[in-house]
Amino acid sequence: MVVLVALPLVGAAGLMAPAFAGRVPRGYGLAVSGATLAVAVVLLAGFDYSAPERMQFETDVPWIPGLDLRFHLGLDGISLPLIVLTALLSFLCFGYLAGRSSQGGIRLEALRPRALVFTLLVLEFGMIGTFVALDLLLFFVFFEVVLIPMYFVIAIWGGTQRRAAAIKFILYTLLGSAVLLLGLLLIWSQTGTLDMVALAQSHPMSRATQIIAFIAIGLGLAVKTPMWPLHTWLPDAHTEAPTVGSVLLAGVLLKMGTYGFARIAIPILPEGAATIAPWLGAFAVVGIVYGALACLAQQDLKRMIAYSSVGHMGFILLGFATLTPVGINAALFGNVAHGLITGLLFFIAGAIKERYGTADMTRLGGGMLGRLPYVGSLLTFACIASLGLPGLAGFWGEMLALQGAFQPAAILSRPLFLVFMTIGGLGAVLTAAYFLLMLSRITHGHPGTTPPGPPVETAEGIPGLTEPVAAGTATAEDPLLLSTANVVRGEATGEEPFVDALVPSPMDDTLGQSAALARRNAAGDESSDLIRESDSAAGPKHPATTPQTAAGLEDPATAPQLTDVMPSELAAWVPLVVLTVLFGLWPSALLGLTDPVVQSLLGAP
Amino acid sequence: MIVAAALIVLLPFVGAVAGLLGSRWPRGGSRTEENNARANRRAGWFAVGPAAGALVLTVWLAWQVSGAGGSADVFWAEFLPGSAEGTLTVIDTGAIPISVGLQVDGLSVLTAILVTVVATAVQVYSVGYLRGDSRFPSYSAFISLFTSAMLLVVFAADLLVLYVGWEIMGLCSYLLIGHWWEDRANSRAAVKAFLVTRLGDVAFLFGIFTLGFAAGSFRIDDVIAADISTGTLVLATMLLLGGVAGKSAQVPLHTWLPDAMAGPTPISALIHAATMVAAGIFIVARLFPVFPQPTLDVLGVLAAIGMLGAALAALAQDDLKRVLAYSTISQLAYMAAALSAGSPDAAIFHLISHGAFKALLFLCAGAVIHHVGSNLLSHMGGLRQAMPITFWTMTIGFAALMGLPPTSGFFSKDAVILAIEHSTSPIRLFLYGSALITVGVTGAYAIRAWLRTFFGEEHVHALAEPTPGTAHVFDGREAPRTMVWPLVLLAIPALLLGFIGVADMDWPSAAISLLVALLGAGIVYTTWRGAPHSDPARLLGPFRGPCEQAFYVDRVYAALIARPTLALARGVVRTDTHVVDGAVRGSGRLTLGLSSLARLSQNGNAQLYVTGLLAGVLLIAVGAVMLG
Repeated sequence: MVVLVALPLVGAAGLMAPAFAGRVPRGYGLAVSGATLAVAVVLLAGFDYSAPERMQFETDVPWIPGLDLRFHLGLDGISLPLIVLTALLSFLCFGYLAGRSSQGGIRLEALRPRALVFTLLVLEFGMIGTFVALDLLLFFVFFEVVLIPMYFVIAIWGGTQRRAAAIKFILYTLLGSAVLLLGLLLIWSQTGTLDMVALAQSHPMSRATQIIAFIAIGLGLAVKTPMWPLHTWLPDAHTEAPTVGSVLLAGVLLKMGTYGFARIAIPILPEGAATIAPWLGAFAVVGIVYGALACLAQQDLKRMIAYSSVGHMGFILLGFATLTPVGINAALFGNVAHGLITGLLFFIAGAIKERYGTADMTRLGGGMLGRLPYVGSLLTFACIASLGLPGLAGFWGEMLALQGAFQPAAILSRPLFLVFMTIGGLGAVLTAAYFLLMLSRITHGHPGTTPPGPPVETAEGIPGLTEPVAAGTATAEDPLLLSTANVVRGEATGEEPFVDALVPSPMDDTLGQSAALARRNAAGDESSDLIRESDSAAGPKHPATTPQTAAGLEDPATAPQLTDVMPSELAAWVPLVVLTVLFGLWPSALLGLTDPVVQSLLGAP
Repeated sequence: MIVAAALIVLLPFVGAVAGLLGSRWPRGGSRTEENNARANRRAGWFAVGPAAGALVLTVWLAWQVSGAGGSADVFWAEFLPGSAEGTLTVIDTGAIPISVGLQVDGLSVLTAILVTVVATAVQVYSVGYLRGDSRFPSYSAFISLFTSAMLLVVFAADLLVLYVGWEIMGLCSYLLIGHWWEDRANSRAAVKAFLVTRLGDVAFLFGIFTLGFAAGSFRIDDVIAADISTGTLVLATMLLLGGVAGKSAQVPLHTWLPDAMAGPTPISALIHAATMVAAGIFIVARLFPVFPQPTLDVLGVLAAIGMLGAALAALAQDDLKRVLAYSTISQLAYMAAALSAGSPDAAIFHLISHGAFKALLFLCAGAVIHHVGSNLLSHMGGLRQAMPITFWTMTIGFAALMGLPPTSGFFSKDAVILAIEHSTSPIRLFLYGSALITVGVTGAYAIRAWLRTFFGEEHVHALAEPTPGTAHVFDGREAPRTMVWPLVLLAIPALLLGFIGVADMDWPSAAISLLVALLGAGIVYTTWRGAPHSDPARLLGPFRGPCEQAFYVDRVYAALIARPTLALARGVVRTDTHVVDGAVRGSGRLTLGLSSLARLSQNGNAQLYVTGLLAGVLLIAVGAVMLG
């Protein structure tokens, strides 16, 4: 069992080797993360469900004896779901990358694939480590390990504003970590131990110390969570990060903050928690409403989803703030549900951005359900799950958090929390409002109203070409066609001339541009002129490919539409959909794990 | 019995999953005409089969329940005295556990029969109505999901389980109103329906919390049996009323229902006439023992305002479906009035008969719209000859709506009015007056819609290709067989259902309301006779405008709620960039500024360094001399 706990680390550390191997096979990341997932599943199977509150699979060896630091790992009902979630999301991200790289095309993620795999595996190592560490300093180390790879993911593979976003991310979170470290050291100086299990059982610190430590630790975790008003790094980071970065950031990284509350702040510092909880709750509900309102006015899809995280994290923090078993259960449930649903949302948003070349809602236009029925339906599903519809995972976290606020712990002021509950309820309505308005804006309406040009209907009915994969690959691999597409779009679109050609965004635009090309082509307007122009614009360097391009352009039947969902994407998304439905219909699956732990954590004082 | 109830709930759910995932399998992506037709056929079976199965099981359940013994204090208990309850599992949440269980009794079986009958009829009808629609599979699957959710509400033994079904109904309503999402107006209507009901639902959830925590359990039986102080009960039931008003489209949360008519007509029949909107009434009847008098009075006032206002609005609408929608609001208010008068019997009686005749009316309206290709009354007329079956079935429906004997509406409406007469509520007279006037207005708008649809000259309009949002225009004289068949099926209960209440009739009171209804109808008829081409709504004179706009409630809400919220949202974004993030960036700039200050001393100028060094030495020396 000890070996099993160590295996995720070994698997993650094993990627050091390929860093020297020169080139990395495509399936390497997939294999390593798959093995990690397998280990996680084995742990899931071997877990003793009769006593989830007990630490299982413990490893406890001296690490730095001089400082009495121990390498102490273990799993209980709180960390187990998060481990599996982390392993699963990482695996899905690698699956997504592998599936996409096999389809070719110039994409962001195709640059420096080895570095990307390396970074993501280090990231996974840090994330898993955070969730199993039982020593405060070890926890901190893992917590920090995560930051560096994430910084690189944003800074290297991100969007156009990636530098600023990455710097903001790293500075913000490092600052938070510094405060967190101070808090942890304060605990250490007062108690002389860093062992979480021991600390959670006895609370030798004075009330004043606890409050100071709680504020310090809470601030550090709140930056990560993020709690309003410490959230501004999040939208930037999410907007600029590549799809996998966003998924892991939202799906797992944010959970590290909330996990810290459940594991460190509340059990170890109960008196501090009781004093600060009303403040925490207040910031949480402000976050809920503020996040929802901010979403309501967003133009950018990814940014909107990022702000929605602020709102959802508000519900989770509200759950913690109630200091009741039901509230903390709600928070832990909401954690996992948010990881699944927001991960799915970012996957889909990434796919949309890749197809349309933009995530700006006004430029996306409407009618996605008509143009991309499967992507549109999945987006609808994810949004509905995210707005907390009963029967899907998002509901239980929200509902139970409100229920916790209805009757908070006895030491807390009930009227205050009733106000919080009411505000939170209004926030839930606003959450529904922004998701539905967003759906209405981009999935409903006539397809193809913006960008202009009639939708291609001729491509339908030609067997083989309408197969999703075939349509996408044919053109995505042809760089010349891409550049033509850019030029064609820039010149033919009267309303937004040259916008696309001038803004250098060659990475995400592949499919969107070729589709624009296809529409123009099908409309049959001056296409031959444009081809001539675009050929000359593309330069005489590639004369060999010109006939092929021209041939492709002249036959409207071969013109690709926007590609609907691809197998690799589907493979990455379906597990999330299934789990969302599963936890929604069978909440006991999670609550049964977390409840005993929460009861014992809260029962201890 | 519980197993049967569970099957009744699960069958449509399985149908929904199968229809959603299995209809196009294995030819997923390609949307050729042929594939669409095949998928639609398969989806049709996936939809109709489970609905019919649930119907059969429900009838069996009713037979079982009727045989068992039990108490008989309400009328459904006379016919269906049995009851049973079963718990599948208990979810521990850390506070009060949620018991996932079902409950079968007379009330739930009766409502379930209504739901399954209408659902089956609507599924069959939709096959014809949406022939050739490439999205029929998802459409029918959503109807199945809705049926399942509604049945879950009906059979739920736990308030939170009920809430799950309650919200899923709202989702299905959203998805189905937005079925023709190409049209932005439909999309907006769908969003509005969801948001307005969701606002009520949040209050509903808080009401459930209040009741549940006071009773120490979320089980309905425990809540009813618990000893809860009146203050708590008033608070809890007032909160519940929020959800009731939202779902059952009562004042002040009624504005979504007329807009919801943007959905396909079968949806309006099922969700927005017969079942989902009745769920609010159902839940009050279910929890009736915990409703204290103050809450019932509030409900009565809302009902009195709603029934008359909606009836007047119905009189002025030009869109046939909106006429029916306002009529639904008005009739639901009747049920609420009966509840407020302390008679859940009368409310449920009217709920069932209204479910039958209003679903019938909507399906007939769908057939008419199908034929004419427009929703507007001004495009209709003279359809009596062209659509004989629709004409006769719709006549039955309108007669039931007006409360003419011997239709079901006559008996159930009389039961409601009788209940109001006999109530001891302080608002009895107000309620009674409003109900009686509404009977007259109902007669007026029903006869107006009937005359303008089926009589007068036939209008021939060269309509363009039907836009999404209207049904396809068919050449045939009568609607397809799958559409006619359900009409006949529903006409039977609409006509005959009332006779189960014949024993409790109070003939003088019935005669009064009949007279009032005929009076209203007569006025409209004479106006129409005078000028068959113009709309009898001109009777309203200067009030026509306000009535047509439903007294500008929508505009008030838009000005008071929607626009300020959006303005606030923009404000938040500005705040976020300039204040919150501004502080962050400001601190960054501050740090940079400080560092550039600090850099001044590190500029690499050796002279400066030496000067500093000397100054330091000097200072130390002076200090040493002074202090030493």
